[in-house]
Amino acid sequence: MSTKASLFAATALALLATVSTAAMPGEGEVLSDNQTFTYRVLDEFPSIDPGMVEDVEGSHVARNLFEGLMSQDADGNVIPGAATGYTVSEDGLTYTFTLRAGMLWSDGTPVTAGDFEYAWKRAADPAVASPYSWYMELMQLENVAAVLAGESAPDTLGVKALDDLTLEVKITTALPYFPQMVTHTTTFPVPRWVIEEHGDGWTQPGIMVGNGAYVLSERVPQEKIVLTRNANYWDNEHTILETVTALIINDENQALTRYLAGELDQTDVPTGQYPSLLEQYPTEASSTPNLCTYYYNVNMTETGEPALQDARVREALALAIDRDIITQNILAAGQVPAYSLTHWATAGFEVPVTPIAAMTQAERDARAVELMTAAGFGTGGEPLELEILFNTSDAHQSIAVAIGQMWQQKLGVTTVLANQEWQTFLDARGGQQYEIARAGWCADYNEASSFLDIMQSNSGYNDSKFVSEAFDAEMLAARSAADPLGNYQAAEAIIATEFPLIPLYFYANVNMLDDTIKGWPFENAQENWYAKDLYRVAAAE
Amino acid sequence: MLSYITRRLIVAVPTILILIILSYVLMFAAPGGPFARERPLPPEILANIEAKYGLDQPYWKQVWDYVVNIVVHFDFGPSFKFRDQTVNDIIGQGFPVTLTYGLWAFFFAVTLGVTLGVVAAIRQNTWIDYLAVGLSVGAQVLPNFVLAPILVLVFALWLGWLPGGGWNGGAWQNVVLPVVALSTSYMASIARIMRSSMLEVLNAGFIRTARAKGLPMSRIIWRHALKPALIPLLSYLGPAFVAMITGSFVIDIYFSTGGIGQFFVNSALHRDYSVIMGITILVGVLTIVFSLIVDLLYAWIDPKIRY
Repeated sequence: MSTKASLFAATALALLATVSTAAMPGEGEVLSDNQTFTYRVLDEFPSIDPGMVEDVEGSHVARNLFEGLMSQDADGNVIPGAATGYTVSEDGLTYTFTLRAGMLWSDGTPVTAGDFEYAWKRAADPAVASPYSWYMELMQLENVAAVLAGESAPDTLGVKALDDLTLEVKITTALPYFPQMVTHTTTFPVPRWVIEEHGDGWTQPGIMVGNGAYVLSERVPQEKIVLTRNANYWDNEHTILETVTALIINDENQALTRYLAGELDQTDVPTGQYPSLLEQYPTEASSTPNLCTYYYNVNMTETGEPALQDARVREALALAIDRDIITQNILAAGQVPAYSLTHWATAGFEVPVTPIAAMTQAERDARAVELMTAAGFGTGGEPLELEILFNTSDAHQSIAVAIGQMWQQKLGVTTVLANQEWQTFLDARGGQQYEIARAGWCADYNEASSFLDIMQSNSGYNDSKFVSEAFDAEMLAARSAADPLGNYQAAEAIIATEFPLIPLYFYANVNMLDDTIKGWPFENAQENWYAKDLYRVAAAE
Repeated sequence: MLSYITRRLIVAVPTILILIILSYVLMFAAPGGPFARERPLPPEILANIEAKYGLDQPYWKQVWDYVVNIVVHFDFGPSFKFRDQTVNDIIGQGFPVTLTYGLWAFFFAVTLGVTLGVVAAIRQNTWIDYLAVGLSVGAQVLPNFVLAPILVLVFALWLGWLPGGGWNGGAWQNVVLPVVALSTSYMASIARIMRSSMLEVLNAGFIRTARAKGLPMSRIIWRHALKPALIPLLSYLGPAFVAMITGSFVIDIYFSTGGIGQFFVNSALHRDYSVIMGITILVGVLTIVFSLIVDLLYAWIDPKIRY
């Protein structure tokens, strides 16, 4: 325990010494007169209230309008945000954050530790009913379960402003990655006086007050959102971009056309178009790791196919899939074959060398046939027909078709494809009304437990209904381990033996970004970008 | 006439009520819900949210509260998906958009469609007729989800004349492409209906009489043929008008106009109950009002029709 405490102390000191980033043009770069950044989002933001945000796009906006205790640099490292640093108690259960002195909200009110206390209690308040209130539970705040259940008042939550610049947080389990967690939007401060005056309408332009580098200046639902510089932001002098605009464009091909017509600085690359775009626009097309994993759930309960309760069958199915074909021929945009649930780029994680990962595809195929024969199914055995369920989408369909063909050719297992509308699909998968079902998971924070937690016996997202005491024990041990990597690798090894799910590939962010926009955090695997770190250079002559 | 209008409006009330109840039944019968998530929310959190939105109440109570709120406060409730907006906000923001491009599209579709149809009928079996029919068939078989991307490709990317999307407060540059994409297929339908009904009228006895009397052709068309030929078109235009001013899913998606047309599909996919209801009621009321207007127009066009 003591080694751990000193480890924490070292981290805290290191953080205190780190200078916060800002937009920093390199030598010889000439800034453009046009300091705007316009990007595409898929759909209207369900909310831009940091306490309510539950989607990635909304959190990008909240991150520009507000500033949390900690932020991330371009590589995804935790750096000081509104707090200059923190200290941790010996037992790792009490964090004390020190706020930067002299910070102001966009309306000129001083930013205090009380604003954070209010925001956290609000996010957990059952009456406010935030869909992300469970994040407070993930942070293991003291008394959070009772508050969420309505048994205790929100005021009893383990967060307290000791004075205007000191915030004390009490948690019930030592979480080595806790500082990482306070970079998340749910932990951002909110202005009590504005919310109390305007209620749910406080997120409208002209009313919304934030402590971030930008303020909300225009919002046209279903069309756009415009942010402009916040003159009261403490580091405003180092901010370069004047205006950030998000245009809501549902259709990705349409967005690409508008990008090419010069209406946008950034957009996603539609599936299958990356190779040709990269060739045509090598300085604009990019693919970087994205902390999400694509996999198939296997229904291990009675409602599924009985053969799938045999671990040999599940392993054979996992082995027989040639993931290179999926990543190189179908997706072709920098995705990486997955043999583990946890994304390879996750901080502090190394993918363990499990048997499936170590073999060549020929060896996997041979082993798959062996296992399937031993189980008595497939070619020469009992016929096996499996249904692959996925939510309606061309990309999911192409992958399912390819996998069905691999299983048919290598194992003699026939497949039926079933696609459902999203909500119907969620209902079927969550109710174990399937045999094999497509799934994807993205990390909430950059740590392996954010992936592996979903396969714990009691997890709400464990749609395979995988129950393993050994797995749960590894995950429990990881929480208090000085270096949990060994536990995580052991947990992955259990998945690679039992195969309650079949990992297929690791996602990539595949974007077109105008080459005059600089400072983009390509190395941040969560792609948490801060507009204050971006700038536009003059176009090359 | 007045008593007819009153009777129709009184019947509209139970019609709307039935519409509301049926929509509720269908909504609740669909799997999932507005708060279903890829990773399901923990039960206690889901319970908090459902309590906030009244979804923990019995079905009859939800429907009752909903109707009372509309009648008493004209409040269509909060959106379940877009927490920063109410249904009134969404419709108040999006309806003016679709109304703008819908009215323009209606105007062009009717003027061009009727002209094309009449000209084709008068010059039946000449090259003018073949050209008009060819144009309208071409426009009809080119669905707007094909036309819209082509328009953007040509006018935004290649020529660079017009923006590829956005609304920009209704600036004309942003309105042109949506109007063209929306009006084309309506124009084609109108032209075809107009052509065949015009042909029918031109072969009628009273037109032959008029021609025998030596009236000039233009006078026959304007004075005698056009009005009766419009009757079949009118029954098409009522619902078409409502469909156009409430927007189109395809137009809103491809041109990012911010109109309410996209909610026809998206609110159902999101199970955003209150938005589904708001849109359904809006379209329901407009449909009732405009079919009444069409019925009254019949009487104006054809004196034989009386109420």
